Amino acid sequence: MSVGKDLTRGILAENPTFRLLLGMCPTLAISTSVMNGIGMGLAATFVLIGSNLIISLVRSFIPDKIRIPCYITIIAMFVTVVDLVMAGFTPALHETLGIFIPLIVVNCIILQRAESFASKKPVINSIADGLGMGLGFTLALTVLSLIRETLGTGAVLAAPDFNFAGLRIIPEEFKALIVVMAPGGFITLGLVLGFINWLTRRVGVQDL
Amino acid sequence: MLGKLMVIFVGSVLINNFVLTRFLGICPFLGVSQQIETAVGMGLAVIFVMTLASVFTWGIQYLILLPLGLRYLRTVAFILVIAALVQLVEMVIQKVSPALYRALGVYLPLITTNCAVLGVAILNIDEGYSLVESAVNGFAGGAGFALAIVLFSGIREKMAAAPIPESLKGYPIALITAGLMSIAFMGFSGFDLNRLFGL
Repeated sequence: MSVGKDLTRGILAENPTFRLLLGMCPTLAISTSVMNGIGMGLAATFVLIGSNLIISLVRSFIPDKIRIPCYITIIAMFVTVVDLVMAGFTPALHETLGIFIPLIVVNCIILQRAESFASKKPVINSIADGLGMGLGFTLALTVLSLIRETLGTGAVLAAPDFNFAGLRIIPEEFKALIVVMAPGGFITLGLVLGFINWLTRRVGVQDL
Repeated sequence: MLGKLMVIFVGSVLINNFVLTRFLGICPFLGVSQQIETAVGMGLAVIFVMTLASVFTWGIQYLILLPLGLRYLRTVAFILVIAALVQLVEMVIQKVSPALYRALGVYLPLITTNCAVLGVAILNIDEGYSLVESAVNGFAGGAGFALAIVLFSGIREKMAAAPIPESLKGYPIALITAGLMSIAFMGFSGFDLNRLFGL
């Protein structure tokens, strides 16, 4: 299969969040502002590319029986790198994402790509796959957080790391705080998935 | 002492429920909640592993990583300990109690990648809990997960017979249901636990 196909597949056709329903915990927890969504998406993308690259390189040396612990160790190494870099350069974002940065280790998207793609395919394809899946995850987080931040706080693109309070779209008095709280995460994702199902059936885009 | 432990326990089960408020362990929550029976099995397995993982990772952090100045290895060390622990628990249960193994066996391997387990380990350290407090928090986190997944599977069993719009079938309606449960659990957030337990 061509490298281009490996790259684009993760973005729409096999979008990890909307199509494969992987990595639900960070998706629900941090999609409260677009900045968080993009930050988490890019962090996961970096880990995906890195772990896919290394796992693809060493795939013939890893004994089959202990492959999962090996993968997890490689992934955890990249997560530690991301954790330290973010703590240094974007402290406010690091603070908001909090526990969900170390938890990238157990994000099932990354382990699933390692197990079902990088452990079988050449290096170039694996990098393309990691990048595509990472971008798909980032896209999904951006869409969700755009909805939740707009409805829940009334302003979008708030970025404490860059001293930006956000563009106000809905007046302060009319914001629906529940959308950025825990229940809003579940309900927004449920409705977005339902809408995608409806669209898929309606338009008939089976092979998106 | 006992008051503080009660505050941690009730806090982790009801107020900061791991699934419905903290968004930890969503994958098994959605994946293994079709039937009450399997949900109970998964819940018990998670309680067991989360309690043990809390104790072991506390030891790793304060007896190995901190004295040696290896704090940055926390994520790597914790996930390896948890993976090994889950394997060990599986083998021990298989030998000691075949009946329990039959009930929990299939769920145990899944737990390694349950983010609630690594999550509770990291939260214990971030909150600066002592060994006993960590163990209670781990047990309470698991109990909160079990409570949420058993309630949720009960609703899903009923929902199987309900007329649901075609597009919302499966995960979408499950997520919306979880959202409504989460609203119900928000009702607990008004409790002043410190006063309740006389602290």
